[in-house]
Amino acid sequence: MFDDDEVLKDGAKKLVSKGVRINEVFSPFPIHGIDPIIGVKQTRLGIMAFLYGLTGLTVATIGMRYFMVVDWPMNIGGKPNFSYLQNMLAFIPISFEFTVLCAAHGMAITYLLLNKTLPGIPAQNPDPRTTDDKFVMEIRLSENPSMTEADLDVVIKKTGFIEIDKKDIK
Amino acid sequence: MQKEAAIREPLILGHKTYHDVTEDVCRPIEDKAPRMWYILFGIALIIGLYGVGCIMYLLGTGVGVWGLNKTIGWAWDITNFVWWVGIGHAGTLISAVLLLFRQKWRMAINRSAEAMTIFAVFMAGLFPLIHMGRLWVGYWTLPLPNQFGSLWVNFNSPLLWDVFAISTYLSVSVVFWYIGLIPDFATIRDRAKKRVSKKMYSILSFGWSGRAKHWNRFELVSLVLAGLATPLVFSVHSIVSFDFATSVVPGWHTTIFPPYFVAGAVFSGFAMVQTLLLIMRKAMSLEAYIHTKHIEYMNIVIMVTGSIVGTAYITELFISWYSGVEYEAYAFLNRATGPYWWAYWAMMTCNVISPQLMWFRKLRRSLMFTFFISIIVNIGMWFERYVIIVTSLHRDYIPAAWSMHYPSHIDIGVYIGTIGLFFVFFLLFARYFPVLALNEIKTILKGSGQSYKESPEYHKHH
Repeated sequence: MFDDDEVLKDGAKKLVSKGVRINEVFSPFPIHGIDPIIGVKQTRLGIMAFLYGLTGLTVATIGMRYFMVVDWPMNIGGKPNFSYLQNMLAFIPISFEFTVLCAAHGMAITYLLLNKTLPGIPAQNPDPRTTDDKFVMEIRLSENPSMTEADLDVVIKKTGFIEIDKKDIK
Repeated sequence: MQKEAAIREPLILGHKTYHDVTEDVCRPIEDKAPRMWYILFGIALIIGLYGVGCIMYLLGTGVGVWGLNKTIGWAWDITNFVWWVGIGHAGTLISAVLLLFRQKWRMAINRSAEAMTIFAVFMAGLFPLIHMGRLWVGYWTLPLPNQFGSLWVNFNSPLLWDVFAISTYLSVSVVFWYIGLIPDFATIRDRAKKRVSKKMYSILSFGWSGRAKHWNRFELVSLVLAGLATPLVFSVHSIVSFDFATSVVPGWHTTIFPPYFVAGAVFSGFAMVQTLLLIMRKAMSLEAYIHTKHIEYMNIVIMVTGSIVGTAYITELFISWYSGVEYEAYAFLNRATGPYWWAYWAMMTCNVISPQLMWFRKLRRSLMFTFFISIIVNIGMWFERYVIIVTSLHRDYIPAAWSMHYPSHIDIGVYIGTIGLFFVFFLLFARYFPVLALNEIKTILKGSGQSYKESPEYHKHH
């Protein structure tokens, strides 16, 4: 456990350079620059948002073409009601809104599912202080087969932590 | 850690640590509510319930209980709708547009501004629904397969665009707001001592644990949602303005309406944010986070958007003469000198002259003055919508049909009632929700906090 994000980051750098695999970092806010150090890849949620948006746009286009041109061509002041293309200007606002609606909600739902954060799920942070002002780095022996506990202790000592907690996980 | 120029005023005053930030924001939630909160909540609730009563009476009797007549079919109801939607623009603008522009001062105000936005859009949405008179058929605005002769809703109509725009805006704003709230609810959850509140906040926080991967996703989701919400903010009020601009009523048929409405919306939204925050920062002792600099920044936004609104008013006047269309010219002459001259000049004074006072540094850094102007601006923006709607309608093409609009007590009751309901929601928010974005404030503490700016270490890196 650390009490400063910069100290944790420097510590993580030292550990990684010694070949230690860091399993997880828990922090009260995003630590900028920690991801490449501990090997967290940039998320691809952005691409998902684009795909959801594209779905929304397609649904809106097909829907409005069906409602307004195919199924019931409405006569509005004698304007052309037989072609989607000539009517499209009037459909732009809803096409846009529906694209945003699908992209935003699709991404938000995916985000919650990927994180496994949903109402009723218990919290998994190891210490309640990690949502306040403490930063926890989790290192597992099982993930570092080349090292013994004593080896790890030696390198961890140099990181500037304030507390350490050892647990046996089955 | 991001650095910024040392000569910039710090955004967080005092020598705060991460823990202090948590303490300052969570204390008002964990402590007993002050007596003032109960008094305000009581007053707001009574006013709100009166409004609900008026709505019930309206629904039971019909829209005839309003002061509408054959000439003036839209008056207070639509005025209130546009007024509330306009107010509901500041929150998303602050959190989305300012996030894209990397304006860090937004972090102190975005949470409460977004809450305000959501509650304002609730209130706004109420008006078109009750304007239908038959609330229970509200779902007819959706394109559902139906038995009414397989007739679909009219996708060419700006009124339908509005249905989509407002509902998209409301739901996307709620999602954006809630995603930011999850980590902060987790902070409260981990501090909670009482069983009930622990349970509640644990449900609200969705089991957030603050893993590195989750933060990575969190930041991207916030950014993409901001990117989506930015054009959304602009589109929503543009579409609201289409309700008027696509008609052929002189005074409404104006091509500058979309940008003019959007500027007006931001203008009134920021004014409402000022009104609420000036009270909130005092009541919850958040002066270190929302201080004079934040108020000044918001006043500058009010000044700029107020100037855009002023320019739009004058452009409208000029074009009504320059177009040579006599109906158009008369509509504007009638606005300024007809029976509703007082509303027009109230609007001009409140919206064009008052924001110009913000050019004076002393005035825009004065909290009392800001509070005063924020109220004035919101009165002015209500009059703007009233002037646009009622004065354009009350003298139409047939002089025999000319008429005046006098609000009934139900008109007034519903309007005042929504203000009460709005405050009921906002007070509940201030009582139970983290009013500052904890996780965001903590990320800027080292870059923009006073203690870090003053430390020799900070200057060493430059």
